[in-house]
Amino acid sequence: MSFGEVGIVAADETVAGPEPQPRPKMRGRGRPRIWRVAIFLLATVYFIGPLVAAFKYSLIQSNGSYGFGNYGQIAQNSAIRSALFTSLEIAVITAVVVVVLMLPTVVWVRLRAPKLTLVMEGVTLLPIVIPPVVLAAGLEELQIHAPEWVVKLLFNHPLTALAPFYVILALPFTYRALDNGVRAIDLHTLVDASRSLGASWRQTITQVILPNIQTAVLGAMFLTIALCLGEVVIASLLLYHTFPVELIQASLSGTAGISVALSIMTLAFTFALLFALSFLAGRRHRASSIKVI
Amino acid sequence: MLPFAVYVLVFLGLPLYMVIHGAFTTDAGHFTLGNFKATFNSPAYKTAFKNSVILSVWTSLVGAVFGVWLAAAVVAARPGGMLRRVVSSASGVLAYFAGVPLAFAWVATLGAEGVVTVLLKDIGINLYAGSFTISSLLGVGLAYVYFQVPLMVILITPALEGLRPQWREAAEGLGATKLAYLRHVAIPVMAPSVIGATLILFGNAFSAYATALALVGSTLNIVPAQIDDAINGNVLVNADRLGLALGVEMIAVIVVVMVGYWLVQRRARRWLQ
Repeated sequence: MSFGEVGIVAADETVAGPEPQPRPKMRGRGRPRIWRVAIFLLATVYFIGPLVAAFKYSLIQSNGSYGFGNYGQIAQNSAIRSALFTSLEIAVITAVVVVVLMLPTVVWVRLRAPKLTLVMEGVTLLPIVIPPVVLAAGLEELQIHAPEWVVKLLFNHPLTALAPFYVILALPFTYRALDNGVRAIDLHTLVDASRSLGASWRQTITQVILPNIQTAVLGAMFLTIALCLGEVVIASLLLYHTFPVELIQASLSGTAGISVALSIMTLAFTFALLFALSFLAGRRHRASSIKVI
Repeated sequence: MLPFAVYVLVFLGLPLYMVIHGAFTTDAGHFTLGNFKATFNSPAYKTAFKNSVILSVWTSLVGAVFGVWLAAAVVAARPGGMLRRVVSSASGVLAYFAGVPLAFAWVATLGAEGVVTVLLKDIGINLYAGSFTISSLLGVGLAYVYFQVPLMVILITPALEGLRPQWREAAEGLGATKLAYLRHVAIPVMAPSVIGATLILFGNAFSAYATALALVGSTLNIVPAQIDDAINGNVLVNADRLGLALGVEMIAVIVVVMVGYWLVQRRARRWLQ
């Protein structure tokens, strides 16, 4: 995982409503400026180019002709299929665990211990300071030195071996997403009202707070899912066959076309996830919670 | 709070403890600095650190320059418009999630059989005539830039948005030329944010391994690959402890980078908040 999750900040101007916004005076005043055109051209060549190339490459079939053969083979490749299911399973469970773990914590810190906010920010930055390869090395050590019941409990299945640690990797994203969501609502009033009407803490969180920050929660879950589908370093070092690991395997065994075809589908899927998220975040002005910029 | 604390202690604290404990002990469990000494004395590990630093420095500088440029061009567009949505979603995908797929897109483009390589060969340019390969430091670096630029866009956009139009108007009202505005207002205000984001880019490249792993496996001599080899390769006696020592050294480098980030960030907050 990368370093820059710090960049996820509150969206404060995601207005998609009908009211006309006073349009700020553009620097270009309608005239396309050369420096803007130049960078857009460069970016298009550099970023779209490889994608187009990859797509063309993925259309080259094993017999040399062009067609969708590689895409057809994906469905028949059982190793990739089972790896994809494993990864999806890990992704969904990680996303749920993250929210169950983090939402009450975030709410509690905001309500009862705002002084701990700094501590929380620091702790949730830790996964960024520790490179995934180092975390993987630590897990490897743990595998060697831990008592047998721990090894049996955790490391015998990719789901139990990876999901708990992907939750850790997801902390920087999810803490910021949920915290921004909770900040945007009037938490004190909502909780006081709910509690004074006799709701338990669990009911307050699931039936009052959760619906109010659903965009933030969805955002946190989407980001976590994307993270789990892409994480390769830990899975590969611990020798679990998750989806990205299998992608690499497929290319090593001489079927690079399939790997490239799958890569394109993964990129498209993740892009669709985040693109949908940008609309969700813009849809409700007041609860506008997160965006990935 | 308690469940969270326990969770982090168990699933982050424990592996971290294993790394640090292993790095500072001998096989018999005695305290030692020998593992670190051994990594400092090994030419292969020295080269790995040198390569990692070179790779991180140039990709973060290139990423920073083009990232700021691209972000500035995007910020000038209408907020909430399509261009912004597409760029922000695409940046998120490429910066955070695309290690392996991106590597394969890169292979399909500039690999030995890649589309661009073949195209260039057809018009008489052989990319692979010199020492260039997709698995060289330069080849991997080019792939790194592919996620460094989007990360810079993500990190610097909020700061660019914080640049108030009033400052520009005030400067122009006082007779400043465009260049004078840039030199005396925009650049000084933006500098801490840009430096901070560049530091993050450095750390990002320094700790990244997915792209390199997919492109070349563990054969490229960078620090994460050495850790991978030490842990899984069993080439040397005592190798896994050396791997753990390398891990602690990596964390140390990134902590230094993060402290630098924190210092410039305090400065950045003065104007942009």
